[in-house]
Amino acid sequence: MRPGVSLNDFSRTDREPLIHLSNADLMPLPEPLTDKKDDPVSPALSEECRNRYECGLDDTCAVNIPQPKSPQEEERLVAQFLTGLEKLFSAANNWTFLQPLLLTMEHCTGCQTCADACHIFEASGRNELYRPTFRSEVLRRLYFKFVKHGGLFSAWQHGDIRLNWPLVARLIELSYRCNLCRRCAQACPIGCDNGLVAHELRKLFSQEMGIAARELHDQGSMLQLKAGSSTGMNAEVVKDNVAFIDEDISERTGIEVHTPWDVHGADVLLIHNAGEIMAWPENPGAFALILTLAGVSWTMSSELAGYDSINYGLWYDDAQFARVALKHVEAARKLGVKRVVLGECGHAHKALCVVADRMLTGEFNVPRESSLPLLRDIVLGGKIRFDPTRNDFPVTLHDPCNLVRLMGVVEPQREIVRALCPQFREMEPHGVDNYCCGGGSGFAIMSGNNFSDWRFHVAGRRKLDQVLTAFSDCLDPATPKYLCAPCSNCKGQFRDMLAYYDLWEKNRILYGGLVELIVNAATDVKPGFIEWEWH
Amino acid sequence: MAIAVYLAIYSGLLVFLIGCFLRIREYSRVPFHLRWELYPVPHEAPQYAAHGGSYFESAESWRKPQEHHHVREWAAMLEEIVFLRSVWESNRRLWVSSFCLHSGLYLSIAAAALAAIAGVVPAHAALIPVSAGLATAAAWIGITGAVVIVDGAILLLISRVREPGLRNYTKGADIFNLLFFVATFGLLIAGTLVSGHAAATAEIVRGALRLDLSLPIHPLLGAGVVCASALAAYIPFTHMSHFIAKYFTWHEVRWDDRRMERGGALERRMAENLQYRPTWAAKHVGADGQRSWVEIAAGDPPQEVRK
Ligand code: SF4
Ligand code: SF4
Repeated sequence: MRPGVSLNDFSRTDREPLIHLSNADLMPLPEPLTDKKDDPVSPALSEECRNRYECGLDDTCAVNIPQPKSPQEEERLVAQFLTGLEKLFSAANNWTFLQPLLLTMEHCTGCQTCADACHIFEASGRNELYRPTFRSEVLRRLYFKFVKHGGLFSAWQHGDIRLNWPLVARLIELSYRCNLCRRCAQACPIGCDNGLVAHELRKLFSQEMGIAARELHDQGSMLQLKAGSSTGMNAEVVKDNVAFIDEDISERTGIEVHTPWDVHGADVLLIHNAGEIMAWPENPGAFALILTLAGVSWTMSSELAGYDSINYGLWYDDAQFARVALKHVEAARKLGVKRVVLGECGHAHKALCVVADRMLTGEFNVPRESSLPLLRDIVLGGKIRFDPTRNDFPVTLHDPCNLVRLMGVVEPQREIVRALCPQFREMEPHGVDNYCCGGGSGFAIMSGNNFSDWRFHVAGRRKLDQVLTAFSDCLDPATPKYLCAPCSNCKGQFRDMLAYYDLWEKNRILYGGLVELIVNAATDVKPGFIEWEWH
Repeated sequence: MAIAVYLAIYSGLLVFLIGCFLRIREYSRVPFHLRWELYPVPHEAPQYAAHGGSYFESAESWRKPQEHHHVREWAAMLEEIVFLRSVWESNRRLWVSSFCLHSGLYLSIAAAALAAIAGVVPAHAALIPVSAGLATAAAWIGITGAVVIVDGAILLLISRVREPGLRNYTKGADIFNLLFFVATFGLLIAGTLVSGHAAATAEIVRGALRLDLSLPIHPLLGAGVVCASALAAYIPFTHMSHFIAKYFTWHEVRWDDRRMERGGALERRMAENLQYRPTWAAKHVGADGQRSWVEIAAGDPPQEVRK
């Protein structure tokens, strides 16, 4: 272990961060960012933040946990944590993930195969704190000591640990230094899942202690359940915005588009991540145009949460997760649609199609699927004519973890870009072996303090490396390049990260969704749908 | 001497079986969990499995029955069990030592099985060559296995001590476990050598099956067999019982893509879970130990002031 960072340090009572990362420590980047001087220096946390919140982990702060005012308060928090720990391992409280969690706790051999698979560990310059097993090992030791009530023999077998408030505070922050991409789990020869550990820790903190990243809870799932969307848009506002998008798209493409709302008995209920409507309106616009041209019977829903597919509970809270999933399904049931089809949002796919699957029994089991196979069938089916030369620029494809490794939707998007983009090139590795964009598990929407600097420097670094390598033959700004990311959160991460490194200005690397490429190549559409402008 | 060795074998095996049973019971009794699969999933239909995809790659896949290709799954299991494919692919540095340890164990188990068969072959004149042949095969397979295990365990010990990444997560018990393997199989090799004939261990197995108290056993070999019995009894109570865990992590987590069908068996299993009454304390959960999980999920979160 690097000097100064050990499992024992995790209980250190001073408030100094355990590590400091400087740019020199980080994994090198390829051209045009080989010179570390071009890597912006992360700003230090503000005095105010360090004095108010628990910032004893590293150079950033994701959760803003207020510092307890007294030793008694610390004791109360530790006691709360211990009660939550017990619950995490009880069937009544955690039937949802108990089996994989137990297996992960009891069978890790410490072989470190997972370490090389983790982009965060690698990008940090292999800093011990970010090793996938570091946080798992803390939880494992706590499990054997406090849940299994192990004594000296257990400490010899599984290792010992000192529980105090600084440890709990650091563990809260450390559970937000993992993208939950589960690449490490894919590599583990035993099947242990360090991503799951981060997920379960976040659940413990939220469900027992009421602690979670504000962007995920207050401004995320709570707002969605109250207003209908984490964007804060209610149904009327969404409808207005979509009407404006329809108008704009009709004008830009020369094809009249009207998004249908609340159509009973439609074949498809399309649910977008509502962030698209706000930040990338061309994406829902392109969807509307494609479905219109293809003659699909479709609708959108104005039910609460029926127009926003996000489900942040997936990342930190089972109760919130189930509530939002039920709202999505209720919207579909009310309209009596045949199936729910999810727009370009990876976590929404996994949440509603995979993780919620077993919760949705009886009449709640409404068919739910990805939009990518439908789009592939439309593109290859011949109903719409395409001219791939309109997409004759370098294109690479990002694989959102939730869609690919965690759901198995690998090829449909590739079949589309192969058919429509003559200069398509893969990143390496790709498909189920992809790397996370660095925005996974909610990071893409978390920018408090200097957290976004961390997410570009560390969490997103491996992906940035892949993107730059994929375009290494055409970095010249004279050649516009398109990074296709069929996921709203990934797009958010790319938007912020490309801007951070000035890669649009200097190298003309633009990011966008998949449907934009489809519309851009559609022969019946006015040319130039993709506007080579930063947004 | 013989009776002590036989008692060790009987009790070692018994504790091993009880330990395995308890582990299996522990993991099979936990509730049916949510889907948490990881792709590639080898039993997917070939058109998806070829690139690690799933049935979600087809529009309206829910209209068709879910396919499950057992042969592909068995092939993947075989590759994993015999060749430790995931270690090969993701951690080549550790593969040689892991492969030695595991393949040595498989050989030793095969040798014990052969010796047991040899031991129960009736003492009919016509069958003597059969049992002798089996015993000899068991002897040589066992010796090979033991040598390979000792090599693998020593290599793993070196890695655990020398490589910082491994060393930092190595506990006292990990070192002890590897030393236990080295000592056990080292004693078996040494005991066989000093006994003067290769099939000495196979004869002990035969003796144990027939309770042959007159069998002379060299103390060194006897110690090896006692250690092996103790090792067998110890394994299920450590993380080394991952051969059991792996069944669950692979089949019930990573590859478990069974989808919910209305009125199906999975629905019935899930119905029990939805009746659990959680007690999570955070206000927004709204759990009070009285409301069921499904009631909580169906309700809106009580508003709360968050930290
Ligand atoms: S999680 Fe798996 S890969 Fe990582 S150290 Fe544990 S057993 Fe090895
Ligand atoms: S889930 Fe992803 S980010 Fe988290 S530890 Fe594993 S590989 Fe690293």
